Amino acid sequence: MSAPSPYTLHHPKWYRHRVSVFWWLQKRSYTLFVLRELTSVFVALFAALTLWQIRSVAAGEEAYARFVARLGTPAFTVFHVVALAFLLFHSITWFNLAPKAMVVRVRGKRVPDVVVAGSNYVAWLVLSAAVAFILLGR
Amino acid sequence: MSATVTLEVARYRPEQEDEPTFESYEVPLRRDWVVLDALNYVKDTLDGTLSFRWSCRMGVCGSCGMMVNGEPKLTCAAFLSEHLPGPIRVEPLRFFPVVRDLVVDISDFMSKLKKVKPWIVRRQERALAEGEYRQTPDQLDTYKQFSMCINCLLCYSACPIIGLEPSFIGPAAIALARRYDQDNRDQGAGERLGILSGHDGIWQCTFVGECSKACPKSVDPAGAIQQYKLTGAVDWLRSVMPWGER
Repeated sequence: MSAPSPYTLHHPKWYRHRVSVFWWLQKRSYTLFVLRELTSVFVALFAALTLWQIRSVAAGEEAYARFVARLGTPAFTVFHVVALAFLLFHSITWFNLAPKAMVVRVRGKRVPDVVVAGSNYVAWLVLSAAVAFILLGR
Repeated sequence: MSATVTLEVARYRPEQEDEPTFESYEVPLRRDWVVLDALNYVKDTLDGTLSFRWSCRMGVCGSCGMMVNGEPKLTCAAFLSEHLPGPIRVEPLRFFPVVRDLVVDISDFMSKLKKVKPWIVRRQERALAEGEYRQTPDQLDTYKQFSMCINCLLCYSACPIIGLEPSFIGPAAIALARRYDQDNRDQGAGERLGILSGHDGIWQCTFVGECSKACPKSVDPAGAIQQYKLTGAVDWLRSVMPWGER
């Protein structure tokens, strides 16, 4: 051994690991977590798109026709397919996590996780059916 | 010749080296052996200088937590047969400073734990003559799960937030805070929420959920943290409402 290490009995030389910038690629569950966090970007983009749609409706028939034509372009179709996949991932993962945050007790007994998550799915279906009815039922 | 398996053990001898290295040991592969048995075999027969912590070897003391093939595990419950064909990589718990070999320094956790007051807080102790504090089985049931924590710190090694934001109070301490908050004998919920809704508390958690997967006692610290977020948010909403209590 060359030079003595700066080590004393009562002040141990601890070793600290550094966290890699790519920590989220080192484990499948970490990667899925980061993807789940990224879904929020698509939720925001969808919201922005809806605002844009409302604005073009307000701006008159011609502006709305332009908006609809723009939605028909291949770029927007690709965006919608990707965004839909991320939004489904977003909804499903968060619905499945809901029972962790919500502890519902009925007569002192905890409602099973399946029921808490299931009620979210039921609400989703009911609301989707209502939206479909409004759009298609005319 | 009986079967053997290779153990790749992280070694760190601060008086000799600046960073950890790996050393391989050939240990007998017994059907009923766990990684801790293999480490004890190494220490007893192959290399007496290997340092690691252990005590009860039955999943109660929480001392023998290490990374086994990259996953935080209690080595007393990690069977060699579940990690075949090997080599089995044994490292100290991730995100903690390494003191020596497989021994980590946990004093940071101890100070975080103390901050959340993991004991029954009473505004005024009841006099002895007034009798004991009563609790029904249903009341016990509300916090029992969180009371199963053995402070093994596997959840800290599973949590990437601990690696990125070392000041985060962390899963086990928050689960234990929840344990006392949910106890009908306790009156310290407000004090704890004050600490937990601060910068290093519950809002650092982004709900990766790995702490609950790593927990050998099914404590579900991730659940505890999300429940706190709900409590914290409702509490805040009440405080900003015109009719709310400030």
